[in-house]
Amino acid sequence: MSLLDVVGPVMVGPSSSHTLGALRIARFVYKFVGGMPDRVEFVLHGSFADTGFGHGTDKALLAGIMGMHADDERIRDALRIANEKRLDYSFSVEDLGDVHPNTILVRANKNGKMTEIRGSSVGGGEIEINRINDCECSLSWEFHTLVLVIKDVPGAMGQILGDVRVNISNLYLKRIDALRKIAVGIVETDEEISEDCLREIENSRFVEEMYYIGRDADEI
Amino acid sequence: MKFKEILSAGVPLPEEILRREMAESGVPVELLRREMQKLMEVMLEEAEKQYGKRQKTLAGFTGDNGSKMASHDAVMLSEFSHMATVVALSLAESNAAMGRVVACPTGGACGVVPGVMYALKKLKGAQYDELLNSFIVAGGIGWCIEKNATIAGAEGGCQAEMGTAAAMASALLTYYFTESGEKAANAAAIALKSMLGLVCDPVGGYVEVPCVKRNGIAVNIAISAAEMALAGIESVIPFDEVVEAMHRVGKSLPESLRETGLGGLAATPTARKIVKDLKLRQHSAEKQ
Ligand code: SF4
Repeated sequence: MSLLDVVGPVMVGPSSSHTLGALRIARFVYKFVGGMPDRVEFVLHGSFADTGFGHGTDKALLAGIMGMHADDERIRDALRIANEKRLDYSFSVEDLGDVHPNTILVRANKNGKMTEIRGSSVGGGEIEINRINDCECSLSWEFHTLVLVIKDVPGAMGQILGDVRVNISNLYLKRIDALRKIAVGIVETDEEISEDCLREIENSRFVEEMYYIGRDADEI
Repeated sequence: MKFKEILSAGVPLPEEILRREMAESGVPVELLRREMQKLMEVMLEEAEKQYGKRQKTLAGFTGDNGSKMASHDAVMLSEFSHMATVVALSLAESNAAMGRVVACPTGGACGVVPGVMYALKKLKGAQYDELLNSFIVAGGIGWCIEKNATIAGAEGGCQAEMGTAAAMASALLTYYFTESGEKAANAAAIALKSMLGLVCDPVGGYVEVPCVKRNGIAVNIAISAAEMALAGIESVIPFDEVVEAMHRVGKSLPESLRETGLGGLAATPTARKIVKDLKLRQHSAEKQ
């Protein structure tokens, strides 16, 4: 932990794992799907399911999926604001199996496209995104995160990485569909990837889908 | 990293703390200073805004303690202690009502450090830079506790959360008045010793009872410990050893006394009753 984790962050109460962490998971989804989804389903597991509603986890999740920052004072009114924005949302409780006690599954639908992301609030507001659609991963969102659906052919990832042009901190690559020859690559970087680079990557003939989830500027 | 080592570096304490953080995180000292400054500003802003305000907390077990204390003319507390107590209670209640706070070291104990900072600013005319330096010293104390023990109630009990907050606040006050690292360490040691063994037993798991009032008490422990340090009183057991002791005590606490909401005050008949009533209210609200 750094000094700025002992003092800080700025957050809304009452509990960093039940509110801050939950908000950040939902906000990751918000950024991933490119804005507030049309429909969203939150599946709560473990301690989130037991105590989440009393700790404001529901409000934090809705605030995050609407793109609010962790220190936004409107978080406590998130239910009302979501209704005003006509966000179609639901909460359910389910045993997600052998996962961290504070885990949540978010199913978001935007423009007819379904995205499923699973994340855990691991304490002190820190999160771990551990599944994106069918791809298992372990992302802390302490980096800028680039998620790519690419053609699973020799040399594809190598060429794309050449376009990233900033220091890469972590890299995951996994084949998800052998039949269609598709793989998912996740790249975490310290520095922000420039828009030009992103455009180049997106236009690469190997890239089918690209999602860039920049780290929040206020989170050092 | 022991506090003793930071003290013996031979440069002013705030500088040495930021330098060490830079060595670890790679974030430049100037940027760190600015981040700390931002956090301090939010604390002071929120202290001003929430001062004595009534809050609608999530469970509704608390919410008017800050307001009661603010409208009460202190009979025994000094003006300084009274003001710090009002801020500590008000911010803890704001936290329980999903208000904006700075975790220090956690959301549950978020009222203690702003309590003393606000009183320093309002009543002692504290200047910005000196306040910031003292705040960084407080951060260094908390950081050492985190490195050598824990600051999480779920791991070490309330002594780890509230005890750390009190240690930080007392070091802040002492450094502000003396600029002496040794004295600040003595104050922090005395404050932490006074919270040793405190269990984490939030009723129903909500950060309300006893958490809000413990903020109000911890801030006064911090003030008394600092006053003793100003008088030249030293802690017989050095700060770093008190931290180790706190860690050992924390490890020997049963799980029921570490934020599970199962032991201590949470297991009393009254606690069980108000939690049951709340659940009934929540169920009937859901049905409507
Ligand atoms: S009792 Fe537990 S939850 Fe409440 S302030 Fe203390 S450590 Fe935090």
